[in-house]
Formats: sequence, C-alpha cells, structure tokens
Amino acid sequence: IFNLSPSLEFVLIFQPAGVRVLYSLLWFCVFQPPPARYGGRHTVTLIPGDGIGPELLSHVRELFRFCCVPVDFEVVNVDSTMTSEDDINDAITAIRRNGVALKGNIETNHNLPPSFISRNNLLRTSLDLYANVMHCQSLPGVRTRHRNIDIIIIRENTEGEYSSLEHESVSGVVECLKIITRTNSLRIADYAFRLARERGRRRVTAVHKANIMSLGDGLFLQCCKEVAAGYQDIAFDAMIVDNTTMQLVSKPQQFDVMVMPNLYGNVVSNVCAGLVGGPGLVPGANYGTDYAVFECGTRNTGKSIADGNIANPTAMLLASCLLLDHLRLHAYATMIRRAVIATVTETRLHTADLGGQGSTSDVVQSIMKEIQSTGPLTQNI
Amino acid sequence: MAASSAVLSMSKIIKPIWGGRLATTAKVFGATVSSRREKSTVPPPAKYGGRHTVTLIPGDGIGPELLNHVRELFRFSCVPVDFEVVNVCSATEDDINNAITAIRRNGVALKGRRNTLTMSPPVSLSPSTTLDLYANVMHCKSLPGVQTRHNNIDIMIIRENTEGEYSSLEHESVSGVVECLKIITRTNSLRIAEYAFKLAREKGRKRVTAVHKANIMKLGDGLFLQCCREVAAGYPDIAFDAMIVDNTTMQLVSKPQQFDVMVMPNLYGNVVSNVCAGLVGGPGLVPGANYGRDYAVFETATRNTGKSIADRNIANPTAMLLASCMMLDHLKLHDYATMIRNAVLTTMNETQLHTADIGGQGTTSEVVQAIMRNIQSKGPLTSEL
Repeated sequence: IFNLSPSLEFVLIFQPAGVRVLYSLLWFCVFQPPPARYGGRHTVTLIPGDGIGPELLSHVRELFRFCCVPVDFEVVNVDSTMTSEDDINDAITAIRRNGVALKGNIETNHNLPPSFISRNNLLRTSLDLYANVMHCQSLPGVRTRHRNIDIIIIRENTEGEYSSLEHESVSGVVECLKIITRTNSLRIADYAFRLARERGRRRVTAVHKANIMSLGDGLFLQCCKEVAAGYQDIAFDAMIVDNTTMQLVSKPQQFDVMVMPNLYGNVVSNVCAGLVGGPGLVPGANYGTDYAVFECGTRNTGKSIADGNIANPTAMLLASCLLLDHLRLHAYATMIRRAVIATVTETRLHTADLGGQGSTSDVVQSIMKEIQSTGPLTQNI
Repeated sequence: MAASSAVLSMSKIIKPIWGGRLATTAKVFGATVSSRREKSTVPPPAKYGGRHTVTLIPGDGIGPELLNHVRELFRFSCVPVDFEVVNVCSATEDDINNAITAIRRNGVALKGRRNTLTMSPPVSLSPSTTLDLYANVMHCKSLPGVQTRHNNIDIMIIRENTEGEYSSLEHESVSGVVECLKIITRTNSLRIAEYAFKLAREKGRKRVTAVHKANIMKLGDGLFLQCCREVAAGYPDIAFDAMIVDNTTMQLVSKPQQFDVMVMPNLYGNVVSNVCAGLVGGPGLVPGANYGRDYAVFETATRNTGKSIADRNIANPTAMLLASCMMLDHLKLHDYATMIRNAVLTTMNETQLHTADIGGQGTTSEVVQAIMRNIQSKGPLTSEL
C-alpha cells in the first residue's frame, strides 16, 4: 500500500549521512525508514499518553509480541499534568533517536495558563511533522449511513491556526495569529500530489476559505495550483470549506484526495471519521522529512472510557500497521491488517462505539486467533 | 430602560407625522440612550397606511429569481410589505454603501448572496459588520416531507457574525509568510452568549452548547468560553456545556439529535451551520437571519450564490421563502408568516414537487404555484392566481 519508488530507495540506502541530509532538503525526497539495528530489529518510541492510550498501546505490544514482529518499543511517559517541558523534550529526543513513534493522545488541560503549549502540538512542530494523513475508508462490517467512502485527507500539520501565537494587546480583545507560509503550503501540496500519484488517485481537492481570508488561504490555494501544474495526470479543484462540509454529509463519495490547512483539516477529518463509523476506526499518520509518528486519526484521549475495557482498538491497531508499512515490514503489516478487518466484520465483536457489546480484550483475542489460524509462526495465545 | 422606551415611543409618534425624515435622528438618539443589554428588537414602525418598507438586495446567481418569487408571493397574499430594491451589481464600495444606507433607513432587509470571489471589498465593509448584525441565527429542523439520513434534528445555531476569523485583517510582513488575525473580544463574546441564552429561554430550549477550540487557541477561544460560562451562570434553568469543534462535527454526523442550541465564533459557525444544513436536506431548505440591535437582515442560511443553477428554474425556493416568513415574524405580521410557512411546509410534503437538490424533478415555478394554490385554498383574501 505504501509503495515508495524502489529505485530511489536503493540509491539512498548506501549513502553517508551528509548526502542524506542534502536529499532531505529537496522537496521531492521520499521517506526513508530508519535502518534496522542489531539483529534486524527496529526500535520504536512509544508514548502512552492519557485516557485510552496506555491500554490500547499495551494491546498493540501484546499483539506484536504474539506475532513475533521484529519491533522493540522504547516507552517514554509524558505526564500531562506537569507544566515543565522536560517530559515532552525527552520524548522528542527519543523520537529523533529512533525515527519512528507510536503515540496515544496527550491531554491538554484548558485551565493551565496560555503559555502552556499543547504537548501534541509541540511534538508535531519540533519534529516538523508537516503532513497529517488520514485515510477514511468504509469498512465492510461496519454499518454506516454512507457507503463506499474512500477519502484521503492530507492536512498541514505545523502552521495555520495552530501556531499558538495569541496576545491580549488591549484588555478584553484577543488576537490570534493564523500563519500561512509559501514554503509550507508548497511542501504540503507537493506531498499531497505525490501521495495521490503513488496511490493511483485521480483527483485532489484543495479546501480553503479564500473568499474571506484572501491573503492567507489565497496563498495556500495559489501554491496548490502551482504544484498541480506539475502533475498533469491528476485533476485538481478547489472547494470552500463550508460547501465541502455540506457536500461531505450529503455526498461524500465524490471526494478522492483532499488537501487543506490545519484547522479545516481538523474539522474535515473529524467529519469523515464520523461518516465511516467513528473515532475508533480510523488511524492517522504524521509524516515529516525525517520522522514519522502514528496515532489514532481523530486524536481523542477518551478519558471517559479509559480503563473500562470498552475502547475500540481498531484505530490504534491499524495505526500500528501503518507503522509497520513505514518500516518496510509489509508482510507483518498485511497480516495484522487483514486480521483486524476480518474481526471488524464480525458484528458480535463490535465494541460500544459501533453499537455492539464486545470488550477490547475480546476483540484483540479474536484478532490473535485469526492470525494464528492463517498459519504463520506465532507464540501461544 | 425607561428613557429608551420613551425615546422609541417618541419615534413612533414622530415617524408617521414627519415621514421618514426624523427616522435617522431618532435611531441615532435611540442608539446612544439604550443600554448594551438590549431588549428584544423592536420592528420599525409601519409607515403610511400600515405598510412596511423592506430593503431587497437581489445579489447574484439564484438570488434575483428567488426574490422575484418572494415578491410575487407577497403580492398574491396581499402582504402589507413594499420592497425597495437596491442592486449591488458592481463590486465597488458605493453600491454596498447605498445598500447599507437603505437598510438603515428601513430597518429590515431581505437579501440574496453577492459573489465574493471576484475582487470584492473586504468583509469589514460588508453589511454584517457595518450594521453590527452580531448574531446569525439558523434553525435546522428535519422537514417531514424530505427524506434524509438522520431524523428528528432540531438544532438552533447562533453564530457570532462580526468578528473572529472574518476580520479581514491580513498582512504579508515577510514575503511568502501571511499572517491572518482572528479577533475575539470580551464585549462581543458576552453579547452573543447573552443573545443565545435569551433566545434559548424564549423558545423554551433546555441546553446550550458552546463550540470552541480552546485547547489550541487558549487565549482567543478561551475568552469566548469564559464569557459563555459567565452568562450561563445567570441562566440556571438552561444547561450549559462546551464541546471542541472537531468532536462536535463528528458527533453531528453520527448523532445530531443530541444537540439543542449551539453558540460559537464565526468560522466554526460557518462550518457547523453548513454541516447541519447538509444533514436536514441541503442548502435549499434552511433560512438564516442576521440580527443586530437595530437592524435585521434575512437570507438563506448557507449563503450560496448558486451560480451554476441561476436562471434555470431549478433552484429550491424553500429557503428564501422561509426566510421571508422569518422577516414577517420580525415585523410582527405573524398571521401572514404562519400562513405562508404552513403552505411552504405542506408543499414540501408533496414529493413530486421536490426540486433537483432534494432528488426530485420539480421546477421553482411549479413549487411557487403550488404554494399559492395552497394559500388560496385556505380561504384568506388573495389576489388572482
């Protein structure tokens, strides 16, 4: 599924670090997984986060151990109640070291002072994970109001409304800055078109509000148009965000690949997640030039259902499959993904968010049985 | 409060005697005297012979044809409203200023949508901000005759209409880097929250939900949320909760029945109102109203120009007709409003008359004719069909 061009991969794999840095500066570089270390085992940073994160990630570890996946997890805990940035800086260093991470969502307390930046946001901006990719697909076993949805949402992940630049110049008047830059817009547009080409997609839609924010979103739109000119085989169109959301709830099948700035991406990706069955089903990936972090697509902490064994593990497990694909462990990725989709088709194993009564551990056990039955070498259940 | 009501009653006496000439003076005087915590908007008093004058701004796209139908229907139903048509064809500021002056004069307007993508003046000069129409109210209700994926939706969306992301304050300080300013002020947030709770109380609603993104925009949306909480404390009979905008949109597409009244800043309001409009059947069905302290402007909720379907007789007139009913309610012409609204909703039940946007093949004129027949059959005095 994530077939990056193999020819370029061979060229880059045996080059010294300096040249690799040079390549990463060019926009058309493809992502290189960090090379496997001792004994062919990869080390991946694991950030449990809050809410349902820890329990779901322990299920992922259990499953990986069961399937004998050559991945070791380096666990870094980030305490969301602490105001010091040491925890998150440790996590960022660990990700820089390992190159790849799997994380749960870290809660952001509203009552803390405004100087406290959201930990998730800090992670994304420090590592320059500029592309958030979310693939919303109707799963066969899940009954939803809309069918045959297959949308890839590419969302700019570092700037836009999430710059955390706000000030209160006059008492009672707050100014929030939304930053749009040419470099980042070109970068995300290029990423979107490249991904569309790799996956064989026909159409890219840019979502904007340039009639109101003519300079900001106008710049974004212009960058998308410039990049589109270089990809003649892919159709490009633009749609205003309010019309987009309305079309999404009436006729979501018309969309193929969508690219947009940060805030619209947040809203649109949540709408699409709701359309295909909810936050428990869709994985998300954050890609940068050197790092990749995988998580649940809609970034929920799930505080209210934490430790209740009722959370839906599908999103996190599919995110771990994206992780394995990124590490080029395609066989393991396909095996686990197939088992997860087969289990989701079983209606009696649906968790509460899909309208069933299954528990998280039931679902994971069933996935493990499914994997064992298809024959590869596994440990005992 | 007594002073302002005295002023207004004075203006009621002055206006019919002096025609419209002292209207502006009375309004200005009224504006300075009345307090910020305003009472419910008083409609402009009827002028000669009890007939109201309403500004009509046709706009572009499907606006002109739909507003023609509204005029036709009003003439047919003998509604005591005269329309003063102000065309905003070119995108210059003069036309818009003329329109704004006309709305100031008449107090009420019905408008179509102007095409904003082509070199238009900034939003800060639009009627909404100049006339301080601070509340955009949209009532999304599942109509019985329209088949949608969700049933029993009844959501009121109150959206701050003047500030937020729509301040049109942008600049390119460094080449290739654009900064857009989103302004949130305490006064406006308190005002819109107060409006939301007052409206919820008037309509007997139980719950108000504030939609925000305060985990990211702590100061801005944090201020908005805090203002909502302060106002909520003064309305203990109405439950108040807050929800982050991404979770809100996800809940809207899975379980929209849980929402009652929603209040939010400008951009989230835009997105959420469009999602809700899509849920109840599309942009052709939902009317919207922009209220200020002194003026009110009515239009279709989702503000589409409908360029591609203009002049083809396939647009859905329901939204514009329901908007005109809201206008009649605002002018306290409740009988006419109820009559037209009932006729429109009855016609909606007829599936063979559905227009293309809700899956039928009817034309606009057929729908309007059916509505007129419906009104005639009910018995009140009407002109000839």
